[in-house]
Amino acid sequence: MSLLELKNVTLKFGGVTAVNNLSLSVEEGEVFALVGPNGAGKSTVFNMISRFYRPFRGSITFDGQDLLKQKPHQVSGHGIARTFQNIELFERATVLQNLLVGRHRLRKTMLLEEMLFIGRARAQERESRHAVEEVIDFLDLQAYRDKHIAGLPYGVRKVVELARALATKPRLLLLDEPASGLSVEETQDMRWWIEDIRRQMGCTVLMVEHDMGLVGKVSDRVLALADGAELAQGTPAEVQSHPAVIEAYLGTSAISKTANSQGERV
Amino acid sequence: MRFHFKTTYDQDIRLFPDLWTFSLYAGLLVLMFVMPWLISDFYLGEMTNVLIWAVAGLGLMLLTGQTGQVSLGHSAFMALGCYLCVNFMDAGLPFLLSFVLAGIVTGLIGGIIAIPALKLHGVYLAIFTLALAILADDMIVILEYWTGGVNGYFAPPLYVVGIEVNRWVNPAAWYYLALGTALVVTLLYQNLLRSPLGRAFAAVRDSEISAQAMGVDVARTKAIAFGISCAFAGLGGALMGLFAGAFNNETFNFLISIQLLMMIIIGGLGFVHGAFLGAIVVAFLPQFLSILTDTMGSASIPGLEVGVFGAILIAFILFEPMGLYGRWLKVRTWLELFPFARRDMFKRQKSYLKTERLR
Repeated sequence: MSLLELKNVTLKFGGVTAVNNLSLSVEEGEVFALVGPNGAGKSTVFNMISRFYRPFRGSITFDGQDLLKQKPHQVSGHGIARTFQNIELFERATVLQNLLVGRHRLRKTMLLEEMLFIGRARAQERESRHAVEEVIDFLDLQAYRDKHIAGLPYGVRKVVELARALATKPRLLLLDEPASGLSVEETQDMRWWIEDIRRQMGCTVLMVEHDMGLVGKVSDRVLALADGAELAQGTPAEVQSHPAVIEAYLGTSAISKTANSQGERV
Repeated sequence: MRFHFKTTYDQDIRLFPDLWTFSLYAGLLVLMFVMPWLISDFYLGEMTNVLIWAVAGLGLMLLTGQTGQVSLGHSAFMALGCYLCVNFMDAGLPFLLSFVLAGIVTGLIGGIIAIPALKLHGVYLAIFTLALAILADDMIVILEYWTGGVNGYFAPPLYVVGIEVNRWVNPAAWYYLALGTALVVTLLYQNLLRSPLGRAFAAVRDSEISAQAMGVDVARTKAIAFGISCAFAGLGGALMGLFAGAFNNETFNFLISIQLLMMIIIGGLGFVHGAFLGAIVVAFLPQFLSILTDTMGSASIPGLEVGVFGAILIAFILFEPMGLYGRWLKVRTWLELFPFARRDMFKRQKSYLKTERLR
């Protein structure tokens, strides 16, 4: 059984069909990439998994459980963490506090314990602090630990968002364009981190990404979307050379050109 | 220049990060304790007033500064706290028990009201809560049996562990009562800030969408914040009414809410210190102005206080949105780094345009 399964999912906004009868399954331990032109419905798929949107038809199951029965805040409880395309960090808090919010799903204390800071509250804080420090070490954020988000450069914010998602101890990590806006070096770092997340933490990754270089290097399987429907699925190389994908990105006349040039290049 | 060398995680969890900070606050506490011997009864009364405003201000600070929800209705909850407290006392409960109970019940009622109210955002929430404040005025008149209506209610004598707390007989006792309440409320506030719920408040303030993705139940968290905020406001209101001695529907006019909101903005939104600094401004401004008009030889000018208060608020919003405490942080950093502080150190960075917000 797959870890995450979407079956015949359809979502419409008014007259626009954002996602049309889409099915996909992500296996435990793999890196799965969603690619496609702008407006193809990639982020919408993420937002349905996060339960911000409810699909009209179809089902979404995670580890055999029906995700559509969950409220948005309960999704992370199942071990699904995500990042956002337009960084959604807690701006007026420090990096450390941001990461500690990631531990919220593991909160055991009651209101009164926290207000009086007795009993489990202190022990829980120590444990959270320790767990967060591991993530800080993993992503090399030591220098920014006590800095406020508002003053951080874009590239660092991107990493902090990844760190916050990792602090929730996820089984499935949803990365919405992890490399957008990053420099070549930062993208390289991101690639190694994604590989390490899979290898060291045993975490499954589902990502949306436009940088085909990154997608080709880290992902096991790729699904190409256009206008909310599946175009092609397979290994990165298969999808990149699929005629329907080339058509969606470059237009119809491009197909014959690539077909011609392919013979010369290979 | 000081450096923080951290050797244990507890240093990030403790209330005071180092011995220096601890001794500063311990010194302040000692100063507060010996205050009755240092200043005259008149100024001791003013200090009591500052502390009472600070308690109510901490309540609104938790909601507005910490959780990002505006309320113009806190005068209603101050009134509720006050009338609950005196009614519990009339029912024969001792003062301290009535006081604590009044806070708790106000908090519960506030939390229940918050469930529908906090579906609203920004200006709509402000309007809703403003309506609550105006409604409270009428409710006090209607519920004359419990509130004394327009004629007012005369506070019963207060006894704390057998000692009478009377503003005219022993002002020091009143001062200690207000100080104790302010200390307890501050401690509860600080404990919240260093635990998951306090961080969830900040998460809801800065990004509801990612708070949800992190497993924070936004509606519930907002309701809890509103409840705790109302509880603190209720305690502040109870002290304010009892300190005044007599109170009616006018005492908890909706202008009190607005004053409370102005106070925390001037003090510094989102900082515990801000509530206290703002309270000092609110409580001492009328005295300061009357001294000023006296020395200038003119009679008191009606509306001067409100006008000056408004002007100060506008100046703060324009030039120092972080309030008095924000200004102090800048001064402190400048002093700590002297002579290496840079001019543009605190220049605010333009943040990226937020699009595709799911709201």
